This record gives sequence, C-alpha cells and structure tokens, in this order.
Amino acid sequence: MVENRRFGNLIPHLVLSLGVAVVAFPVYLALIGSTHDAATIANGQMPLWPGGNGIETYRRALTESGMAGAPVGLMLLNSTITALAIALGKIFISLLSAYALIYFRFPFRQTAFWAIFVTLMLPVEVRIYPTYKVAADLSLLDTYAGLALPLIASATATLLFRQFFLTVPNELVEASRIDGAGPVRFFLDTLLPLSRTTMAALFVIQFLYGWNQYLWPLLVTTRDDMQTVVIGLRKMTSITDQLTEWQIVMATAVLAMVPPVVVVFAMQKLFVRGLVETEK
Amino acid sequence: MAGLALDQLRKTYSGGVEAVRGVSLDVPDGAFCVLVGPSGCGKSTVLRMIAGLETVTSGAITIGGRTVNTVEPADRDIAMVFQNYALYPHMRVYDNLAYGLRNRGTPKPEIETRVREAARLLGLEAMLTRYPRQLSGGQRQRVAMGRAIVRKPQVFLFDEPLSNLDAKLRVQMRVEIRRLQRQLGVTTVYVTHDQVEAMTMADRLVVMNGGQIEQVGTPIEIYRRPATRYVATFMGSPPMNILPAEAVAGGVRIDGTVIPVAGIAPGTPVEAGIRPEDLRLAADGLAFRVAFVEELGATRLLHGPLAGTDVAVQVPAGSAPQEGDTVRLAIDAGALHLFDPATGRRLAQG
Ligand SMILES: Nc1ncnc2c1ncn2[C@@H]1O[C@H](COP(=O)(O)OP(=O)(O)O)[C@@H](O)[C@H]1O
Ligand SMILES: [Mg+2]
Repeated sequence: MVENRRFGNLIPHLVLSLGVAVVAFPVYLALIGSTHDAATIANGQMPLWPGGNGIETYRRALTESGMAGAPVGLMLLNSTITALAIALGKIFISLLSAYALIYFRFPFRQTAFWAIFVTLMLPVEVRIYPTYKVAADLSLLDTYAGLALPLIASATATLLFRQFFLTVPNELVEASRIDGAGPVRFFLDTLLPLSRTTMAALFVIQFLYGWNQYLWPLLVTTRDDMQTVVIGLRKMTSITDQLTEWQIVMATAVLAMVPPVVVVFAMQKLFVRGLVETEK
Repeated sequence: MAGLALDQLRKTYSGGVEAVRGVSLDVPDGAFCVLVGPSGCGKSTVLRMIAGLETVTSGAITIGGRTVNTVEPADRDIAMVFQNYALYPHMRVYDNLAYGLRNRGTPKPEIETRVREAARLLGLEAMLTRYPRQLSGGQRQRVAMGRAIVRKPQVFLFDEPLSNLDAKLRVQMRVEIRRLQRQLGVTTVYVTHDQVEAMTMADRLVVMNGGQIEQVGTPIEIYRRPATRYVATFMGSPPMNILPAEAVAGGVRIDGTVIPVAGIAPGTPVEAGIRPEDLRLAADGLAFRVAFVEELGATRLLHGPLAGTDVAVQVPAGSAPQEGDTVRLAIDAGALHLFDPATGRRLAQG
C-alpha cells in the first residue's frame, strides 16, 4: 500500500475530477448559453465559448416580465423570502419542540414524540389536498404565508435537535439550575449557543429544500408576481404561443443557482462542523 | 457560614430503587465531611438531594438552621463541583465563573472583584479569556472549583471531583482542595469511592453501604475501631483479613491458637479481623505457608491460606520469607477486631 501512495492518490483525484466535470458541464453550458443571442441557440448549435450578448440578456431577465409573466428579480425575491421563512421557521419550531421533548416531563410526552415522528411519513405531496383546502380556507393562496407555513412543520429537524440535545450532558442543566438559570435562561444562554452548528447545518439543508420546492408553490400561487423562480423557470420552457428565448431561460437558471450557492458557501464551515461534530 | 444536618433522609426513585434509606448526619460548621462507599451505595443521591437536584422522598435537610427540602437549588446557598466539571463549553473561563453571579443580579464591579479573587486563589488569572476546551484537565477542575468559590456559598458539594484526573494530579488537587477549604472555612460534603482520598481529606468520615450509613467518625477512629465488618474491610488497603474464630475461656481461638481477649463469653459466635500490618513474623505462632509474594518496594505482601481463608501479611522490605516458605505469625490481642458473624457488628472487647 505504502509504495503505491503516489498512484493511490492519483486514482481518487481522477475519479473526483471526472465527477466534477460531469456535474459542472451543464452548468457551464447554461452560463455560456446565457451570453449568446436567441438566434444562435435556436439554430441548434450550442456554442462552447462565451458570446457577446451577456449583459443584455441578464438585464432583460432581471427586469422584464417576459415569458414567465414576472421579472426574474421579483421571482428570486419570492423564492428567497419563501426559503428563508421555511428554513428559519423550521429551525424555530423544531428547536422549541425538541426542547420540550427532552427537558420537560409533561403528560403525553411520548405520544407527542411519536406524533411528530409519524409526520415523517406525511410529506406535503401526500397530504396535498387537505393542506390546500386548509390554505385556501384561511385565504393563504398567493401569500408568502401560504407558500411557507405548510412546509414549516418538520419532523426531521425536530428529531435532529432531539438527537443533539440528548448528547448535551445532564450536568450542564444541573449546573445551570444551581447557577440560578431557569428554563428560559438555560435555553437562551446555554442550549442555543451549543446548537449553533446544528442550526447552521439545518439552515443550509432547509434553505435548499425550500428553494427547490415545486409542487406546493405551483398549487398555492396563481398570480405571476407571487411565483417562485423554480416555477417561473418551468413555465418559460413550456410556453406555447411564443418563441422560447433560450438565452433568457439559461440566464434565469444561472441566477436561480446564485442564492443557494451563496448560502452554502457562507455556511460551509459551520455546516460541516454541524454534520460531523458533536460539541460538548 | 453554617452547618448542615440530614435527618432520616430517604430517597426512592420512581423506578422503585431505594437509593437512600434513612441517613442522618450532622456536619458542623466549617467541617470537611467525606462520604465514602462503593459505587451505587447512594452517595451521589445524598449529595444531589442536598443540592436540590433530586427531590426528597422523606426526611429533612437543614442548612444553617433552615430546612431547605423544597427550596430551589439556586436558593439553597450551596455550590457544587461535578465529576465531569460541567463547565459551559461556549463561555470563556471568566464568564463560566461570573454566570451564576450575573443570574442573581450581582453588580458588575462586585462580580469582577469576586472572579479576580477566585482566579488568584486558584492560579487561573492567565486563563480567564480561554474557553474550557483550551484547558487541561487540572485547569478545568480548578475552574469548576472557582465557579463554586465565587458564589461564597454556605456549603460546598463535591461529587467525585478528582476521578477524571491522572494519579499524580489527583494527589496534587487533593491537597489543594483541602488547603482551599481550610482557608475559606466553608462547610463541605465530599463524595468519593476512593478510600485513600477519603482517609486523607476528611475531618469527618462517613462510610456508606446500601443506602445507609455504616459509621461516622474521624479517619483514625474508623481505621482503628471499625464499627462493622463491612467498614473494616472497606477502609484500608490491602483490606483487613477476616478469620473464622471461636470464643473460648480465656480468649479467642484462631486456627488452634488461643489469643487472650477479655470480655467475650465462651461460646459466642465471633469472627476475627486483623489488618495485614498487624500480623507479625515470629518464632512461634500460627503456621502460614507463603503462596506468593507481592513486592511493593517499601513493604512486601505475603499471600497464603490461614484458618481456611486467604490472608495477606504485610512485612518490611528485606524480610526473609519467600514463596513456598512456611513461617510463624503472631497476633497481638490489641490488634484484634471481633465481629458478630450474623450482624457484622463489632463486639465489645474488654
Ligand atoms: N435517576 C435515577 N433513577 C433511578 N435509579 C437511580 C437514579 N440515580 C441513581 N439510581 C440508583 O440509585 C442507587 C444509588 O445511586 P448513586 O447515588 O448514584 O450511587 P453512588 O453515587 O454511591 O455510586 C443506584 O442503585 C442507582 O442505580
Ligand atoms: Mg456517584
């Protein structure tokens, strides 16, 4: 093994590079495509080098209502608000429910735990009709609340926090009690700071989850100015009464990738720590 | 400053485990009281009830004359040092020390003074801005003690605070805890399963077994006059030898030899306890075949059968007996401890 180390390093690098290339190439194509004009792409030859139309394309995509009926800028805003609300809402609710489950003795605690657990089997897709009915009755259609609320309740996040809380030594609770910290103080002063990395990991995962939602936003929004960028993108590729301007579609796709990438990069360090480390 | 009293304290856990079964104890103001006993005997439970971390099933806990059974831990005027230190990992040392004071609304300058004072006392001045993970085991232990000291409590509670340290540091911290406690004069209850720690640190030693107190006394009293066979064998290393014996006219017969002991009625069932260091090599006495020898440097331990049980004999370094030799052992009447085989209680001797 040892004498082969050089060679042994080469193979994984090759495989990884190949993997990166396979994933990155379509992204590269989208980026290139967005810099050409409509005619170049429409004639069927996908260019591999940047064209000169980039600035114009992005300006139009961001500001003009165009094919999706709303400018990409607005859709990005909708997506960002929705994804943020979902991610933060999930973290908030799950933190509180996990705190209750671990640190308090109340009647039907175990029942509450199982009830939360069972909802793992009930994602939005399964309960979509009743959820839609409730959202409609509460006049949440075409609102940010309607987009985010039904996706906020989260068994996954609750269970993750529960798992983390179980690793927090009980003596910390007791030391806090002796130090005169009540339940709220303990939560804010000790548990929350200790959960930082877990929260960061969850934030990244849930932000992406919220960002990539398709079915629910499709149902709950009818107005063009409330649609998310994922919906808008889909709409652009399937318009029938006008020519699809592929360079705009490509630009939209590229733009739609930016916020998730920013989130992942910004949280990378904490995210990785949250997944691999249990801080004690 | 104040003393601590436990009166018929009991604890039954919700699962039905009777962890503490009627413990009564008086710890005078400023005393260093050590609870010692094997794992699972209820030491921690007693301590945690004093701290207010466990509810009391029955009985009373009094601190400085005030019954505190239902008082919140923060209001009992106690401070506790945990085995794993339980420092707040996300707070710097300074904040670890200050946290309790802040929660009680102590004015900032006062907090500053007290924290600096405790840090000086413990040699932690240079570490105040560090996080617990940047400290060694011994330093963390000090921070845990600092957190107790800054509160100026009436009672310190320690739950096996040294068990996570290596042997050398343990000896060092043992001395240091004792020095600090003397200096501050705070009433202390210290829990350990280590009998050396218990012997060396205690003013008042409490030996526990099965949720009850076996004996209370100074370390020397407990070593010299163990009240039960249990205490006799638990305290002391190597443990006291217990030999079957027979009360006869004029004394106690062990393995055919009569040792003159007054005050024991012939025919009384007895067991004889004798510490390894009280068995002497002699020209005449009980025959003892050395099965194997442990060399301890300063002393040697001879192991072998005597009166049907395995016994240990402690002899000076450089003494003659080797494995396989048969030697003679003498027993002084004054070194003999007699116990009732049925109850394990010490029998009165003249
Ligand atoms: N929270 C608990 N619930 C049920 N039983 C417990 C609990 N804590 C301790 N016990 C039991 O009580 C007995 C005494 O425990 P403990 O006080 O921790 O002993 P020690 O500190 O002397 O080792 C043990 O038998 C232990 O299993
Ligand atoms: Mg214990």
